[in-house]
Amino acid sequence: MMSTNTEQVTIEEKPAEEKPAEEKPAAKPVAKPAAKPVAKPAAKPVAKPAAKPVELPAFEKNISDKIVEKFGDKIVVSFVKENRVGINVDKENVHDVAKFIRDELNYDHVESVSGVDYPQDKEIEVVYHIGSYSDSSLASQLIVLATRAEREENPIPGKDATKLPTLRDIFYSVEFHEREVFEMFGVYFTGHPDNRRLLLPEDWADLPPLRKDFAIKGR
Amino acid sequence: MTNEFLPPGLALQKADERIMTLNVGPQHPGSGHMRIIVQIDGDYIVACDPDPGYVHRGEEKMAEYRNYITNIPHLERPVIHDSCNVLYPYVLGVEDLLGIEVPERAKYVRVICSELNRCIYTMYWLAIYGIFLGHSTMFMWPAGDRELLIDLMEKISGARVTHAHFVPGGVRNDLPPNFEEVCLRQVNYFEKRIREYAAVFYDNPILISRTQDTGVLSREDAIRLGVTGSVLRASGVDYDLRKKEPYDVYEELDVHSNVMKEGDSYARSKIPWLDMLESCNIIKQALEKMPKSGSVRVKLKPNPKGKGLNSVYKRVESGRGSLGCHIVSDGKVEPYRLKLSVGSFRNLIALPYLLKGEKLGNMPSVYWSLNYWPVEADR
Repeated sequence: MMSTNTEQVTIEEKPAEEKPAEEKPAAKPVAKPAAKPVAKPAAKPVAKPAAKPVELPAFEKNISDKIVEKFGDKIVVSFVKENRVGINVDKENVHDVAKFIRDELNYDHVESVSGVDYPQDKEIEVVYHIGSYSDSSLASQLIVLATRAEREENPIPGKDATKLPTLRDIFYSVEFHEREVFEMFGVYFTGHPDNRRLLLPEDWADLPPLRKDFAIKGR
Repeated sequence: MTNEFLPPGLALQKADERIMTLNVGPQHPGSGHMRIIVQIDGDYIVACDPDPGYVHRGEEKMAEYRNYITNIPHLERPVIHDSCNVLYPYVLGVEDLLGIEVPERAKYVRVICSELNRCIYTMYWLAIYGIFLGHSTMFMWPAGDRELLIDLMEKISGARVTHAHFVPGGVRNDLPPNFEEVCLRQVNYFEKRIREYAAVFYDNPILISRTQDTGVLSREDAIRLGVTGSVLRASGVDYDLRKKEPYDVYEELDVHSNVMKEGDSYARSKIPWLDMLESCNIIKQALEKMPKSGSVRVKLKPNPKGKGLNSVYKRVESGRGSLGCHIVSDGKVEPYRLKLSVGSFRNLIALPYLLKGEKLGNMPSVYWSLNYWPVEADR
């Protein structure tokens, strides 16, 4: 049952390298999801660690510095807190960053994959919380790797532009988490060997239910 | 039509004469509220595909429509027997968003409640594990003995199962008068009682012959699959969040995490029992060190809200392993997005892996040794 789906591994991998990275603002701020449609909050970047160099924890700063050193302006450090390092990256580079995190920084499993819907930005954010079992100095650390996929008003899950590269070949543990994000948000993970429904009923034909435009009745 | 989006079990498969597809569940009592699709060749399992979701209740969606306080009672529903622990990361996260410091006594009360709940949950699990291995004594004893601790929780919170006792800023009520003595007496008796389980269950040659060397998960694979809790520690990885990322007052207590190297069903079923003994130890330490008086709750404004766009990820060690709560707040009274990353869901990935090559008769022992709680996995 699992072997039948393997041919979709290389559906579309091409356009990743052709676009110059500047097309999208790489320094994407965590846009505020408040409903008011003010001018695009591009002017308000996330509080960068450089902006307030006061009380950043040293160990976490060290980790984020290593990632910045390697990837430069392809990533944005969204926050550095105690035990947590937040990295925002666009979908062209998420695979490389995850590979670097596993191979060079000794992180080895993904704890949680959450989708967050931002309809006003026309984007869906997917947040990976990556931890480490094998390196005891990193036991309390988590890297919060966030990337964003295009969002369509009328989703056809799996057949529209809402796609991200899977991290399953890097972190095996994302398998069920990514399946859950696919059915709940309609984000198709290109290269995932088993993009089937997991929790929803088999005859579910509505919007992906955790999107913001899927409303609970009576609310 | 490709098989791409067909539900599991309906996908067309090239049938082999020898291979039979068998649906275990969702009504089968041995599978819990889920379906396990197994393909068997004679008596051996060649492939297994878990199909959860029969008790999916959309807790995460509901949380986006309720404010931070009214989220409390429904968020503990995924695991009613472990309701304090399943609420714990949410409460820690909200406190982080609001920037509240919790009184010292409240932290100790939380630790005591959380350890009591861990035992209550584990006893329930142990009862089910016992009956599915055909050991009816091991069903009756834990089901009876957990009443001791349920009574304690009832004294604390007023409810036997769903306590809703943790709130952002502390706990709902202070401990009843005279609680320390009653708790110490009951916990001592409970500890003595569960030590007797070794003779009747864990040292029982029938149990050992059924569970030893079945469903072996090596250390490397446990790390690769990202399993957690007792499954991880049974495979020789010493990872307990109470020690590795201590929350509340766990760093002031002496916590010992139990690790076994074998990685088989026997080790996975023994670790929760050892954890219960450790919980008794922690409760006794906490009772001793707890401040004898003082406030247990910070008063909050009626509709607390965070400041601007913010996100937080807190995790605790629950009865089934690490339990994380990712809250994204946009400065409103409701969470913008709330995600529970639960141990059961993370351990589910090990099931197809462990069952491959096992005999069908070993399926219950492997499945229940994963400490899997279907309602929690579905949320």
